[in-house]
Amino acid sequence: MSVTTKKSANRVIEDRLFAPIDKNKAELNTLVRPSVGFWKDAWRRLLKNKLAVSGLVVIIALTIMAIIGPMLTPYSYSDQTLSNQNMGPSREHWFGTDNLGRDMFTRTWYGARISLFIGFAAALIEFFIGVIYGGISGYKGGRADNIMMRIIDILYGLPYLLVVILLMVIMGPGLFTIIVALTLTGWIGMARIVRGQVLQLKTNEYVLASKVLGADTSRIIRKHLLPNTMGPVIVSMTLTVPGAIFAEAFLSFLGLGVSAPVASWGSMANDALGVLNTGYWWRLFFPAFFISLTMLAFNVFGDGLRDALDPKLRR
Amino acid sequence: MGQALLEINELAVSFSTQGGEVQAVRGVTFAVEKGETVAIVGESGCGKSVTAQSIMRLIPEPPGRIKNGTIHMNGKDLASLSEKQMRGVRGKQIGMIFQDPMTSLNPTLKVGDQLTEGILVHQKISKNEAKQEAINLLNLVGIANPEERLNQYPHQFSGGMRQRLMIAMALMCKPELLIADEPTTALDVTIQAQIIDLFKEIQRKTGVAIIIITHDLGVVAQIADRINVMYAGEIVETGTVKEIFYDPQHPYTRGLLDSVPRLDGDRTQKLIPIVGSPPDLFSPPEGCAFAARCDYAMDVCLSHDPEHTKLTDHHYTKCWLQDKRAQKPF
Amino acid sequence: MLKYILKRFLWMILTIWVIVTLTFFLMHAIPGDPLDMGDTGSSDAASANLAAYYNLDQPLGVQYVTYLKNVATFDFGPSMTSRSRDVNDMIESGFPASLQLGIASLVFSVISGVFLGVFAALRHNKMIDYITMIIAVIGISIPNFIQSMLFINYIAVNVDFFPIARWGTWQHVILPALALASGPMAIIARLTRSNMLEVLTQDYIRTAKAKGLTSFQIVVKHALRNALLPVVTIMGALTAAVLTGSFVIERIFSIPGIGQYFVNSISNRDYPMIMATTVIYSTILVVMMFIVDILYGLIDPRIKLHSKED
Repeated sequence: MSVTTKKSANRVIEDRLFAPIDKNKAELNTLVRPSVGFWKDAWRRLLKNKLAVSGLVVIIALTIMAIIGPMLTPYSYSDQTLSNQNMGPSREHWFGTDNLGRDMFTRTWYGARISLFIGFAAALIEFFIGVIYGGISGYKGGRADNIMMRIIDILYGLPYLLVVILLMVIMGPGLFTIIVALTLTGWIGMARIVRGQVLQLKTNEYVLASKVLGADTSRIIRKHLLPNTMGPVIVSMTLTVPGAIFAEAFLSFLGLGVSAPVASWGSMANDALGVLNTGYWWRLFFPAFFISLTMLAFNVFGDGLRDALDPKLRR
Repeated sequence: MGQALLEINELAVSFSTQGGEVQAVRGVTFAVEKGETVAIVGESGCGKSVTAQSIMRLIPEPPGRIKNGTIHMNGKDLASLSEKQMRGVRGKQIGMIFQDPMTSLNPTLKVGDQLTEGILVHQKISKNEAKQEAINLLNLVGIANPEERLNQYPHQFSGGMRQRLMIAMALMCKPELLIADEPTTALDVTIQAQIIDLFKEIQRKTGVAIIIITHDLGVVAQIADRINVMYAGEIVETGTVKEIFYDPQHPYTRGLLDSVPRLDGDRTQKLIPIVGSPPDLFSPPEGCAFAARCDYAMDVCLSHDPEHTKLTDHHYTKCWLQDKRAQKPF
Repeated sequence: MLKYILKRFLWMILTIWVIVTLTFFLMHAIPGDPLDMGDTGSSDAASANLAAYYNLDQPLGVQYVTYLKNVATFDFGPSMTSRSRDVNDMIESGFPASLQLGIASLVFSVISGVFLGVFAALRHNKMIDYITMIIAVIGISIPNFIQSMLFINYIAVNVDFFPIARWGTWQHVILPALALASGPMAIIARLTRSNMLEVLTQDYIRTAKAKGLTSFQIVVKHALRNALLPVVTIMGALTAAVLTGSFVIERIFSIPGIGQYFVNSISNRDYPMIMATTVIYSTILVVMMFIVDILYGLIDPRIKLHSKED
C-alpha cells in the first residue's frame, strides 16, 4: 500500500485554518445545478439539431407558399391555354406549363395546399380518435380493454391502402373521402401508443406514490399522464403527416384521389407519366421535387422531435 | 508486502458529457493480495463501480477514459494493454459479476451456451469438455440438475439462481481475481445471505481473490478482509475490517457506520443520516470533497486537499483531522 | 407451442373471414349498377340474363353464402369486364409476375436494410452512420412511384442493361424491385440501427465482453438476434407496403401482374375482380402476419413460456 505523497507534504498551511467552522454560517451546499423543465429542455435540444430545425423551416416555408403561391400568378390552377402546351419554365410561367397549357407554378402550390391540408387534417383527426380510444382502453383496462384491443387487432390485419381504395370506390373520389379513408385505419397506431403509455403510467411507482400522497385523478392526468404521453403522441402526429401526404399522392396517382381539374402532386406526377423521356422534364420534376421535399422535411423534423422528447436521452 | 495480485496506482477516470468532464475516479490507489477479499464501499455515484469496470477496461470509451494511473495485474499494466490483449485477460484472469442478474444474462440464449462461450474462447477444449466444466461449476454454486438446467433459458431461473449462474460463469476459466459489482443489491435479503456464503465457500475451495463492491456494510462485515471507503471518486479511508468497524478515523466512515442499524449496540440509539449529497464531479471542490457535509469541517478542509495519513500498516485515512494542529473531536 | 400456433391460426382464419365479409358488403353498398357500364344498348331481358350470370338477381344473403363457398374453394367466378374470362384465369396469368416482383423486393429490402442498420449502429456517430441514415430518410421520403419514374427517365433510358416496358428476364426485375424495396429497406435500416444501439447498451452485452469475447462474436451471437426481433414483427406491415406499392410500380413499368388488374377493376367496377384481388391480397398479408407470429415465438424463448401459462 503506497501513500500519496506527490503533493508537497511540507507545504506551509497556516495554523488558524484548523479551527472548526460554524456550520450554520457557512454556505457549503451551493453546488446544485439549476434544473430545467422537460419541455424547455426538449425545445433546447431540438434547436441544437440542425437537421430538425431546417426541416421545420422548410415546413413553414412550404406552408406559406401553399397559402400565397397560387396568388402570385395571374393564372388559376385550371386555366387552360392550349397554345401554351408543354412550355418550359420561363418568365411568364416560372415552372412551365403542362399539356393543357396550365401554369405549373400555380398548380404546384395549389397541390401543396391539398397535400398539407390532408396531412394536417389526418394528423389532427387521428390524434383525437387515437387519444380518446387509447385513453379509454388503457384507463378502463380489464374486459373493456381486451375487447377494444381485439377490434384494433382485426383492423390492423386489414391492409390499409386496400381499405382506402375500397372506400374511394364506394364514396367516390374527393378530398373528404381521402381524409375519411386515411383516418379510418390511421388512428390505430396513435391509439396503441396512448394505451401503452396509460397502462405503463397506471402501474408506475411514481403515479402510485402520488396517489398515496392523495393526488386526485385529474391531478394525476394533468401532472403525470399528459406530459408523459404527449411526447410520443406529438412525434406520431408529426410522422402521420408525411404518411398521409404520400397516401394522397399515391391515390391521386392511381386516379383515385382528387378529380380533375383540381391539381394534386400525385395527379401531376401521373400526368407526367405520359411524357416521360420526352424532354419535358419540368412536368415530372416540380411535383416530384416538392412532394419529396415535403415528406423529407416532416420526416426529419419528426425524427428530431423524437430525439428531443426522448427522456432517456436527457442529461 | 510481497508482490500483490493486483496493484492500482493513482487511477483517474473521466467521462466527457455534454455538460463537461465528469471526474468519476480521482486518484485511487489500492492493492489486492492473492486469495484475499477486498471491499470497496461508498454511496451511489462515488466511483466504486467505475473503478471496478476500469480494471476490466469495460467503461465505454468514449465517453469514458482512463486519464491517469496504472493497474498492474501480476506485474502487467492492464491500463496500457491493447483491446486484443485485454480480451485475453477478461474472463480468463479476471471474472466479473454484475449487479442485476435479471438483465446481465442474454434472454434469448440457452444458459449452457452462455456459460461455455467464454472458456471456448480462452482454452482449446471441445464443446463437450466445456459442458462438463459448466456442469462442475453449476454443482459448485449449488444449482441442482445441472445437465438439465444447461438447456434452459435465463427466464426459467429465479433471481438468486441467476446470480449463481453469473458466479459460475465468472469462474469458468478459473480466474485469479473475481470482481463482484454490487452482487447482492438486486436480491432479497435471504438470498443475499446465501450468495455471500457462496462467495466464502468458493474462495475457500478455489483460493480466488475477490473485490467486492457494495454500499451494504453488512455484506462487507461478513466477507471482507480489508475495506476501502470511497467518497467522490477517492478512497478516503482504508483498513482491515476490524480497523474500519471499530476504529473509524474518517468522518465519512463514521457517518456510514452511524447510519446502519447495529445488533450489538444500544437499541435506543438513533440512526444518524449523513446530511446533504455528494459534490458535483463536474468541478470537484478545491479542498476535501466531504467538507461540505462534514460535522468537523475546518477552514483548511475547504481550501486544501488532505493527504493520506498512515495509522497502522494497513490503516490509512485522508483527513485533516489527523493533522496534529487539529482538535480531535472523537 | 402447439397451442400458441393453433390460437394464432384460428385468429388468422377469423381475420380473413372479417375481411371477406367486409369486402362483400362494401362492394354491394356501392351506388350504381355495375352492369350499366358501357352497356347502354342492352335490353331488360339481356340485363336480367347477365344478372343471373353473376348471381346478382338473388337476395343478398344467398349471394353472400354462395360467395363464401366460392372463396373457400378459391373460385371467384367470371370477370365482369371481360366476360369470357374467369377471374381465376386473369389472376393466374398475373400472379407469377407479381410474385416475382414482390419476393425480389422483400428479399432485397430485408437483406440490405439489416446490413445497413447493423453497420450504421456499429459505426455510431461516424460518417457511415450519417450516410446510411441520410439514405434511409431519403428512401422514406421519395414516394416509390416518383422513384420509379426517375429510374425510367434517367437510368433505364441510358443504360441498356435495364430494359423496360417488357417482362421476362431477371434484368427486368431489378429497377422495379429497387423502387419498391427502397421504402421498406429504409424502414428496416432505421429500425435495425436503433434496436442495435439499444441492445448494445444492455447489461448482457457487458457480461459477454467481460467473458473476453471479441466484438464480432458479441455482435453476431448476442446483439444481432435480439436486435432483429422487432424487425421480424414489422415484416407483416412491410409486406403490405410492398403489395400496395406494386399497384403503381406494375403500372409504371408496364408489368403484367395482378396489381394492374386490380387498379383497372376499380375504375371498371368489376365486382368479382375487386373482391378476388382484395381477398387474395388480404389473405397473403394475414398469412404473412401469422408466419411472423410463429417465427417470433420460435426466436424468442420467452414467448413460449407465455403460452404455457395461458
